Amino acid sequence: MEAKNKKAVASRLCCLCNLRRPVLKRPKTLQQICRECFYEVFEEEIHQVIVQNRLFKSGERVAIGASGGKDSTVLAYVLSELNRRHNYGLDLFLLSIDEGITGYRDDSLETVKRNEVQYGLPLKIVSYKDLYGWTMDEIVKMIGLKNNCTFCGVFRRQALDRGAALLKVEKLVTGHNADDIAETVLLNILRGDIARLSRCTSITTGEDGPIPRCKPFKYTYEKEIVMYAYFKKLDYFSTECIYSPNAYRGFAREFIKDLERIRPRAILDIIKSGEDFRIATTTKMPEQGTCERCGYISSQKWCKACVLLEGLNRGLPKMGIGRPRGVNGDHNKETKKPGSVAKSIESKQCGSLDF
Amino acid sequence: MQLTLEFGGGLELLCDSEKIHKVNVDLPNGADSDDFTMKHLLSWVRTNLIKERPEMFMKGDTVRPGVLVLVNDCDWELSGQLDTVIEDKDVVVFISTLHGG
Ligand SMILES: [Zn+2]
Ligand SMILES: [Zn+2]
Ligand SMILES: [Zn+2]
Repeated sequence: MEAKNKKAVASRLCCLCNLRRPVLKRPKTLQQICRECFYEVFEEEIHQVIVQNRLFKSGERVAIGASGGKDSTVLAYVLSELNRRHNYGLDLFLLSIDEGITGYRDDSLETVKRNEVQYGLPLKIVSYKDLYGWTMDEIVKMIGLKNNCTFCGVFRRQALDRGAALLKVEKLVTGHNADDIAETVLLNILRGDIARLSRCTSITTGEDGPIPRCKPFKYTYEKEIVMYAYFKKLDYFSTECIYSPNAYRGFAREFIKDLERIRPRAILDIIKSGEDFRIATTTKMPEQGTCERCGYISSQKWCKACVLLEGLNRGLPKMGIGRPRGVNGDHNKETKKPGSVAKSIESKQCGSLDF
Repeated sequence: MQLTLEFGGGLELLCDSEKIHKVNVDLPNGADSDDFTMKHLLSWVRTNLIKERPEMFMKGDTVRPGVLVLVNDCDWELSGQLDTVIEDKDVVVFISTLHGG
């Protein structure tokens, strides 16, 4: 009798083509669809997001932030596919950051190097060591494991911009997916950070900065990204960063996944809530200037990376974490709460690509 | 009953970093083969294959949210999840979506 489960599956057909056996239940729509229809709707939805939000212009040079993980690997694959199919006219590049994390980043960079060959996309790797004179391994040796994600987040953000400048690209795309964004919305609410809450759901950010960033996977479920990679046998790397994931973020992640199990639409609804909050906020956004030391965008005298770096080089690694002292001192006028470096939220754990 | 179990997305790290496990699973005493479901298989996997951090794999009596399960390349949400009947020669894949990006 129990065998009915499988037999029932075998006799049911894909609700889109009515021809083939379904292999997947879509979290977004609960539709049961076959592999071929899945590829089609998955790619087509991303194409529609790109078109409707006018993410690209013909002739643009675009860098894909590539960590070797599932999201950026699928993004590189799908974007180069759509670029060909729909004649976007884009020059695509892979851009990777080498934080200098032995046994983690060197392995994932091997994956990116294989992707370079597999998808025929030129790859540029920029390293913390070259940009800052420090590897993450050296930073952790100096500061321990407590605040390393602050360094990781601040340094990675700048490193991506600098890599993008070296590639002379007009835009940077990242693999942040719907689950990531829902999680970030939740974290920003939990921390009362309305300024970031309003930014984190934008599909394009940093239009005032050196290089705008966009997230073509904003509405794409993580489950579908992983299923797509599995069925297409895409080559990605999936080991946790050895430098402690952010525990608070871990709880938010778990909560999102619990919600998704009960009601998969919850993820899109949280993103929607985040988008709508934007209108209600009157929080003043910090004014943008440039760092006196390195020229990077900064709302203060020195950018966050320069403050952190100064601390490292002077043997005062706590500098720039928590309440700011020294250069930017009490003249901090960014927000009512000083020390936003330590409070800044990294998307996902240490070692994955960031906002 | 011979089964092929595959672990991906970082879950392989919980079972000796081995992705593919060809295993022989004995049916519980007195059970006939129609009674063997994913529920039984999960408890078997937890006892026999998972060497560390079982909480990364399971939560309660099912997989942890964020772990995808495919039975013969088909999403187990289509076949009744824990009630999916497992037969000889089946291929069951577990993939974590929780690692890296
Ligand atoms: Zn179909
Ligand atoms: Zn600077
Ligand atoms: Zn980090």
